[in-house]
Amino acid sequence: MRFGTVMRRRRAIALAGAGVVGVAGATAGVDAWLRASGDEPDNPAADAVPFYGEHQAGIVTAAQDRLHFVAFDVITDDRDRLVEMLRDWTAAAARMTAGKDAGVIGAVEGAPEAPPDDTGEALGLPPAQLTLTVGFGPSLFRDARGRDRFGIAAKRPPALADLPHFPGDALQPEISGGDLCVQACANDPQVAVHAVRNLARMGFGVVSVRYSQLGFGRTSSTSRSQATPRNLMGFKDGTANLKAEDGRLLDEHVWAQAGDGAPWMAGGSYLVTRKIRMIIETWDRASLAEQEAIFGRAKGSGAPLGKTGEFDEIDFSAKGADGQPLVPMDSHVRLAHPDHNNGARLLRRGYNFVDGSDGLGRLDAGLFFMAYQRDPRKQFVRVQTQLARNDRLNEYIRHVSSGVFACPPGVRGPDDYWGRTLFG
Amino acid sequence: MRRTLTLAATGLLTAAATALAACSGGSDGGGSDSGGDNAAGGPIAVKATDTTCEVARTEVASGTVTFQVNNSGSKVTEFYVYAAGDRVMGEVENIVPGLTRELRVELPAGTYETACKPGMVGKGIRGPLKVSGSTAPLAADAKLSQATDSYQRYVRSQTAALLEKTQEFVTAVKAGDVAKAKALYPVARTYWERIEPVAEVFGDLDPKIDGREEVVEEGMEFTGFHRLEKDLWQTGDITKSGPVADQLMADVKEIVAKANAEKLSPLNLANGAKELLDEVATGKITGEEDRYSHTDLWDFHANVEGSKAAIAALRPVLQERSPDLVSQLDSAFAKVESTLGKHQVGDGWKLHNQLSQAELKELSDVINALAEPVSQVAAVVAK
Repeated sequence: MRFGTVMRRRRAIALAGAGVVGVAGATAGVDAWLRASGDEPDNPAADAVPFYGEHQAGIVTAAQDRLHFVAFDVITDDRDRLVEMLRDWTAAAARMTAGKDAGVIGAVEGAPEAPPDDTGEALGLPPAQLTLTVGFGPSLFRDARGRDRFGIAAKRPPALADLPHFPGDALQPEISGGDLCVQACANDPQVAVHAVRNLARMGFGVVSVRYSQLGFGRTSSTSRSQATPRNLMGFKDGTANLKAEDGRLLDEHVWAQAGDGAPWMAGGSYLVTRKIRMIIETWDRASLAEQEAIFGRAKGSGAPLGKTGEFDEIDFSAKGADGQPLVPMDSHVRLAHPDHNNGARLLRRGYNFVDGSDGLGRLDAGLFFMAYQRDPRKQFVRVQTQLARNDRLNEYIRHVSSGVFACPPGVRGPDDYWGRTLFG
Repeated sequence: MRRTLTLAATGLLTAAATALAACSGGSDGGGSDSGGDNAAGGPIAVKATDTTCEVARTEVASGTVTFQVNNSGSKVTEFYVYAAGDRVMGEVENIVPGLTRELRVELPAGTYETACKPGMVGKGIRGPLKVSGSTAPLAADAKLSQATDSYQRYVRSQTAALLEKTQEFVTAVKAGDVAKAKALYPVARTYWERIEPVAEVFGDLDPKIDGREEVVEEGMEFTGFHRLEKDLWQTGDITKSGPVADQLMADVKEIVAKANAEKLSPLNLANGAKELLDEVATGKITGEEDRYSHTDLWDFHANVEGSKAAIAALRPVLQERSPDLVSQLDSAFAKVESTLGKHQVGDGWKLHNQLSQAELKELSDVINALAEPVSQVAAVVAK
């Protein structure tokens, strides 16, 4: 296995800890366990995703099961300190995505008097396909007071425009925006949380966590090898999503190009986040027919109304016996479809969330929507304008947070760092 | 207060103190060779008012230097002699208006600053002090023992003031003077909060003096500062608070005697500096510490001062072993002080419940930024 050495390292540490607990008879058991680990069948969900590349991992990477998204405020005006932190973050991200500790010393190998340079909760865990993806918000280029703190205002990409107010928006400023974001995705929530926690710690004095969001149960598939998952409304979500295998379409819809107005973003992508609270309890009282009419798809198969297979092409002109369109005019699938949005497509990468309950006995639950695109002005904004005005689903959802970020191109190798094309 | 950490620290303390005693024997820690009680001019008079700090002489010979500080202002003042980085060479606390107090301090040749702190807040009114003479360079071990000596002087000056101010507070409570007791409560606590990690070494006394209501165990009485705080602010009825006040005074006397006798190790200083910031992060930012009076920022400020004093005592060692860390610490302490300074009101502070969430987050951010480099100090000292 390609990443066998890495995984063995974490296991060895875990075993060392186990040895302390039970000394007698431990050796035989440990040997057997080690052998078993060496022989175990490949488990791709535990593997590492390459960190270096033309594009950042975590965009077209097959969507992992878990999310920890975090937005930061930059609390220094010192450009050098910011760049130094981005370099430190990049090195730590390269290590953590390979299944190693955040710091060069490690969680349990340092001086006994010093706090460990890794927090330790990922010891013994595999890489779990961890990806870390960084993005820069509009306020990094010019803050709320209009200051160009880091001398980069002139480099703000035109595509990184503030999102307009959409009808019905109920945004909470304290969980919106952010100067920087990190999307941590992994197949083990502890691995994702470990990564965010260690980056936040390394950033003390330079950045401060503005808000963070845990997500589970990916709500989109970003590869044809993945089955389409369901959102908390019970519907398949992301059937028509852009996927890793879409080559040319990705260049057209996902990756920023050198000629798009910000050469430093070439190979990067723009991320829009929206925390969408679902009014689960009223939705659950809606009839099956109403639910399907709202989405425009069958709840069981995911097929467009009037069709039988999930991936069947939608026939927007088909009419029922009553003469009305089979896929209603105000259905979600119709309003969001590229055919009705000047061809705009998104690579969605959202996750379900349940933040406990809301004190009124209701689940505080919904979708943490995330979508990557080449230009939000032509893609997310266009689609969301339609949805916000007309979508029947709006009765059951509230957009409570919003963010837009320029995610720079990939880190090319150990000497490169997140943001080099912007700050270098 | 936290007991688990201090138990762990106690083990370290014993071992390290023994080692230190073994290797530093013979050093007087002062490193000066000229001696003399600046006999040339006798004690140096310091005239302190609310706005001035006149030091009669600013050039002296190395050795024991004596200052006589007279406070003719209207506010309680303090007098300090600082080495580089605000390392406290000596200080005298709680100089009430009209009083003269003496400070004797061992000063090797070098440049220093004197400071009066009317109202006990801020950087104080500074002036230069030049000490001439020859000073032998200190060996590394001597630097460490000088650090602990210096910090122990600091502890003793704080405990002396703690006794006095606690007595005044207790007297006001017993006299039924609610207004006066309320005014003295955060002031007396300042001396406690500056050196709390030292006090915490003495397990059972700390909860008796500083325990919050929820830490009281079955069969134990809720006593100490916070019990009186509750009486003063929540019910306003202190007619039955006398016995609790007496008990507080007795407990403070006991802990002061123990703290003054305690031999501290350089690691104690490093860990204490970090623990004080942990106190800020867990108790003061949240407003849990002084939940009835909301005077958490007094404690916050005292914790930061205490942390800075411990780090400053270690400064010569840190400067030699990790100059980068020293500059990080300097800028992070400065950031905390300027951020906290926004909330100063006269000689006191805004109440915790007068701060917005954004202001509290800003304070939390600067404490986190400071606590990271402070947490690296122990390993550097242990090298």
